[in-house]
Amino acid sequence: MNKTFLLNNVYVEESASVVGPLEGAGPLGDLFDVVIPDIIYGESSFEKAERKMLLESLSLCLKKTNYKPEDIDLVLAGDLLNQLISANFAARELPIAFAGIFGACSAFALSVALGSLLIEGGHFERVIAGACSHHETAERTFRFPTELGVQRAPTAHWTMSGAGTVVLGKQGPVAVKEVTIGRVVDYGIKDASNLGAAMAPAAFDTLNLHLTNLGKRPEDYDLIATGDLGSIGQICLKHLLGDASLSSGNFTDCGLLVYSTAQDIHAGASGCAASACVFASYLYPLLTKGLLKKVLLIATGALFGQTTAQQKDSIPAVAHAVAFEKVG
Amino acid sequence: MRERESPKAKRYARLVEQEKPKISLFSNVVRAFVTGGIICLLGETIRTYLLYLGLSQPLAGVWMSISLIFLASFLTGLGVYDEIGRFGGAGSAIPITGFANSIVAPAMEYRSEGAILGLAARLFIIAGPVIVYGLVSATGFGLLRSVFR
Repeated sequence: MNKTFLLNNVYVEESASVVGPLEGAGPLGDLFDVVIPDIIYGESSFEKAERKMLLESLSLCLKKTNYKPEDIDLVLAGDLLNQLISANFAARELPIAFAGIFGACSAFALSVALGSLLIEGGHFERVIAGACSHHETAERTFRFPTELGVQRAPTAHWTMSGAGTVVLGKQGPVAVKEVTIGRVVDYGIKDASNLGAAMAPAAFDTLNLHLTNLGKRPEDYDLIATGDLGSIGQICLKHLLGDASLSSGNFTDCGLLVYSTAQDIHAGASGCAASACVFASYLYPLLTKGLLKKVLLIATGALFGQTTAQQKDSIPAVAHAVAFEKVG
Repeated sequence: MRERESPKAKRYARLVEQEKPKISLFSNVVRAFVTGGIICLLGETIRTYLLYLGLSQPLAGVWMSISLIFLASFLTGLGVYDEIGRFGGAGSAIPITGFANSIVAPAMEYRSEGAILGLAARLFIIAGPVIVYGLVSATGFGLLRSVFR
């Protein structure tokens, strides 16, 4: 039970990302492949804009690698909306086998983890894994109409608009080395505007499992990147790590890298896109350039819905860990 | 894994409470007072001007309300009112302009699901509870008044 898988035959061949204008104006703005000019992206609804971003990111992966759709065996992708409409409807445009992945904001890590295991197991040659989210569609799924004049809590995240995808195959500049699928953890946090606090125990649980299974310490990685814990969640995680006598000096959080403080985003970016886009356009290039050798990505997801929040249930969370290593 | 009732979870809940950034009640109250005050001042200015033009007291009140509702709806459409709300909080939510915003925002939001099942069905998603409990309390108060007058 609670295994950590060691992989020897899976590599990230290429990555791509598409983000919204607000993300494009942030500190990583220049690194993303495409910054869309406006949040509706020429479509008639935000939902259509979201799937268009995912489709564009998938197409970019094919373009960068010169692969045709028939060279890809499987697409694994997820988003935050009901019935996974962004991923499912983007897949409608593709002549490729597809499986939708739901892991809330951990969707990217879960897609990469499952895709890597399928390749390592010898079942597939090449898989595209990705995830997307959109601020406006998430707001209407989980919160209020966007033009409503409400104050956001200082602990609230800002769902990021974007899509990030990677091509997994049997050769490439970055290897996928370790995968730990997390357990669902619930510490009884009920505040849906403080998801960082709800997710931090899940990040800790998976990280602890991963390190224990491998007999490693956090220092064994150049960088440990959590998905979208945000400022409060990261503080909570550091407390939990401290209690377990684990260091947290080489930690970063994808959600904290996307916006500048001047953008007044409160706790940081959240959504499937946070870890997907930051990995695709920031961490992956750092790995290929050799500026980082070993990176552990732990993307967290808060597995709640509006109905469970209204029924005053607490927020279960999950985290999945994937370790990447520069080849050579 | 449920840790909800365990000592570990209780300790964690205390930690979260302690790490949460504190909201300054004072600055929020001041901002709400200023924002709400400006809206009311604007309303009073419009009303006084209408009275100066020779409108009767009740009519000036009605036209003042209509003006504020229009202005708030217009600013919602321009994407400005949510910014005002972000600054002013209750100061911009409580006046009639906040009510207008709570109607126009869902109208814009759910337009994409069509005029009937989208816009019309979800128009009162925010204002609905206010209307329901407003009517309930008005009815209750009316009954009390009819008994104890």
